[in-house]
Amino acid sequence: MSSEIAGPLERRAERRRTVRKPARVLALEAIGPLTIVCGVVWAIAQPYRIAFLDRDGKGLYDYVAQGPLLVVLVGLAFGLLVAPGLVADLEDTDGGAQT
Amino acid sequence: MAAPRPEIAHWLTATVLLFVGLVLLSEAIVGRAVFRRRTWRAYLFPLLVVVGGVFLWLIAALSTFSTMHLLAHAAWAQAAMIAGGVQLALVRGKLSHPGWALVTAGGLLLTGASFLIHEQNSWLFSRSAFLHHAIGWVLVTGALFPIGEALRPRRAVWTAGFAVTFLVVAVLLYADRDIAPIFGRFGDVGAAP
Repeated sequence: MSSEIAGPLERRAERRRTVRKPARVLALEAIGPLTIVCGVVWAIAQPYRIAFLDRDGKGLYDYVAQGPLLVVLVGLAFGLLVAPGLVADLEDTDGGAQT
Repeated sequence: MAAPRPEIAHWLTATVLLFVGLVLLSEAIVGRAVFRRRTWRAYLFPLLVVVGGVFLWLIAALSTFSTMHLLAHAAWAQAAMIAGGVQLALVRGKLSHPGWALVTAGGLLLTGASFLIHEQNSWLFSRSAFLHHAIGWVLVTGALFPIGEALRPRRAVWTAGFAVTFLVVAVLLYADRDIAPIFGRFGDVGAAP
């Protein structure tokens, strides 16, 4: 095959590989932020569930267990601790499978 | 220091279950082989279940306001510790047969049945009663996924269904209140004449 044809085709395929993220990677990266959004929406819908905003009659446990903030915390924990390693391992495996 | 109100304990439990559900969902997305490439990830779910079992014993010790609650919490604690122990052995390689997933199914069934049995009020008595019934049936239904894993192993649908079970239970637990109406009703107070 002529190198004038093969060169551009290979470059186009390479560009497509680098631009597109696999759906599984996107899904993994979306889980944490989506969870955080759920917590924020909940906080806006029920601000009285956050003890810092509605302090009347609240005890220590009310400050420990604030539903919307706990959901945000879970989203952050997943997004920062679990998702990055999984994405790296997934890309590593997919990259290895392609070559 | 006074023990936390039940709803506080339920919200904290919901937080742990939400995290477990997300971790299991990520396992369903990437597949078991990729998920277990890092040792700490492989051990995360079994360890959380065993630690959850220890905390359930603590709750069983504190929730002594009725024999039914004491028995229910003790049953969950035992189910969690046995299921967690089997999961640990599976990850470690001491056990390998897919049939061991039936232990997890048994744990979920026992937990679901405990929820249903120890709630003595009807569905629409209060929000707490409604949620006890709903969580019980979600857990009983969720037991189908480990059964599927035992019969047809390594299919993503079982892991995904198992993860969604945890996520649904977490949402229901977040909705729990010690005293709150359900659909505008509260016991006989809000019932139609």
